[in-house]
Amino acid sequence: MPPRNRVGEVAALRLERLVKTSVNGAPQWHLQPEANRTLVTLSGDWIAQQGHLPDFPESGFRDVPHGEPVEFSTDQLGKWDTSLISFLWELKRTAREDNVQLRIDTLPESARKLLDLLPEIPPTPAPLPPHKFQPVTAVGQLTLDTLNEVGCVSEMGAAAAKGGLAALVGRGMMRTVDLMSDLSAAGPAALLIVGVVNFLVGAILAFVGSVELHKFAADIYVASLVAIAMVREMSAVMTAIIMAGRTGGAYAARISTMQANEEIDALQVFGIPVSSYLILPSVLALAFTMPLLYLYGCLIGMLGGFFVSYIMLDVSPLGYFHETLQALPLDQFTFGFIKSLVFGTFIGLTSCRIGLKAGRSAADVGIAATKAVVVGIVGVIALDAVFAVIANVIGI
Amino acid sequence: MNNQMPSTDDRPVMIDVNDVTLAFGSRVIQHDVSFQVRRGSIFAVMGGSGCGKSTLLKSMIGLLRPTHGTYMVQKDNYWSGDDESRVRIGRRFGVLFQSGALWSSMTVGENVALPMQMFTRLEPHVIRQLVELKLGLVGMLHAIDQYPSELSGGMRKRAGLARAMSLDPDILFFDEPSAGLDPITSARLDELILNLRDGLGATIIIVSHELSSLFHIADDGIFLDADQKTAIAHGSPTWLRDHCTDPTVHAFMHREQLDSSSSHGNG
Repeated sequence: MPPRNRVGEVAALRLERLVKTSVNGAPQWHLQPEANRTLVTLSGDWIAQQGHLPDFPESGFRDVPHGEPVEFSTDQLGKWDTSLISFLWELKRTAREDNVQLRIDTLPESARKLLDLLPEIPPTPAPLPPHKFQPVTAVGQLTLDTLNEVGCVSEMGAAAAKGGLAALVGRGMMRTVDLMSDLSAAGPAALLIVGVVNFLVGAILAFVGSVELHKFAADIYVASLVAIAMVREMSAVMTAIIMAGRTGGAYAARISTMQANEEIDALQVFGIPVSSYLILPSVLALAFTMPLLYLYGCLIGMLGGFFVSYIMLDVSPLGYFHETLQALPLDQFTFGFIKSLVFGTFIGLTSCRIGLKAGRSAADVGIAATKAVVVGIVGVIALDAVFAVIANVIGI
Repeated sequence: MNNQMPSTDDRPVMIDVNDVTLAFGSRVIQHDVSFQVRRGSIFAVMGGSGCGKSTLLKSMIGLLRPTHGTYMVQKDNYWSGDDESRVRIGRRFGVLFQSGALWSSMTVGENVALPMQMFTRLEPHVIRQLVELKLGLVGMLHAIDQYPSELSGGMRKRAGLARAMSLDPDILFFDEPSAGLDPITSARLDELILNLRDGLGATIIIVSHELSSLFHIADDGIFLDADQKTAIAHGSPTWLRDHCTDPTVHAFMHREQLDSSSSHGNG
């Protein structure tokens, strides 16, 4: 029972330190040949916190005559802690290498007991496998992993969709309470930050546009610039990025914490499908709130643009309003709306998947949250590029 | 070598594990493990830390597919069927996880109620009544509206036990029930387990290395060894303590240090 022994040892060590009262200053040692033996004299206080700890050199036993024992003299030894043991361990290993006979029994008993707990030869750490640079293998592996992930996310999405259909028929595993709490976290709670960001984006667009358009005395077109940019791109992308950081990260952290706490295992053992119980409400919440937040973002963005134009440029409110309506055909809204729906579903699915795949330690929760945010943001921008190409092809 | 308790038990076999091999990738955790658990017995899976006890339990509750071997729950082959059949068989299981694994977003009462809400068509007030009954059995009725984070370790385990019983399973799995509990709480949990077995007639499989509790409650068991990666002894903890001659088992059961020269080479 090593734990109990060690407790005893520590107690003995403490006791010895209290009993020894001599304060001899810096820790010192020296080797002294005598008749038929060699004496190692230890003196001073060996306290790690006070520093200046001596080393035992590898050649320390070179002058010891063959076959003669090495003994210790500890009469002048003051207080000591594990720093002395560390020194003695070094000395013991050197003695072993040089085939010197060490009379451990001449040490104080508590020091000897501690020394006995230590292995004679410290284990050599296994050498790490040499890291080879294999670009082809790495690219291949990355491709396989990525394809695998795409497959897993799709499978999960399909399972969640199936769970959603079952819920419509009334045999679902999703609880309304969970859906409601996810909806409120992904919707109303995000209004403020989505509003602030989109207002500023709209204002910035108006600033940038006004500089150029003013040269042509086309100030009024700031309205259409802001409107088209917000509705077509900025509101959808900015809102998705905010939600990836806010809600996606939260989903990944929540699910990976559940994983670490065996809560996911408990669900599986009960036969409660994770896809419809846990993932479906999260994805539904994002897929439902994201388009609404998008519309809200558009409105606030245009408001930001109007605010700047009204103050900086010579644009009347009615003119701005009229120009905005002129510039916006409905299909721009439809396009942005569909985009934000896809972004919401994408963020929901990937962050849940990353949470489920995470390891089971506290560090893994952080890694999962970071990863979900990164994948969410990069994915949203990549998807947006795909949408831009599609829009170009079908001519919206 | 004397490492198999002579069996006089004629209760019907509830669980039959035959030549099961468990591995993560190419790393074998345990190989060729075979044992039978009879109805109404408290079966202990013993062994030192890291020998694969919890992994074996994981595979028995359906979280890890064995690479080889069969696992029968009465007449059903657990791993040969599809997901649906596994869920159906798994409905007979109740599991108490090491940390309790209560769903942290729900109160204790909701935790116990959730499986019933999912899998039965009971009225809400009947469910509430059953939840109160189950929490009452484990002495946790006072905590019905508390969240898991507000509970102590022992309370979480007891609440986890109530949840494990929520669908009235006839096979209960306990993963280190007394780990991290003080002796009094742990003794009370032992008493509770015995009462549940006697009262509900459940079959209980318990993973533990808590000797005092094992001697007290278990009437059959298996000893897994980390070095040989397989079962090295079968029998109740008391029998293994008194009769088993395997040095590892002997040292384990008597809380002795293992003489390193004799721990190997007795396969």
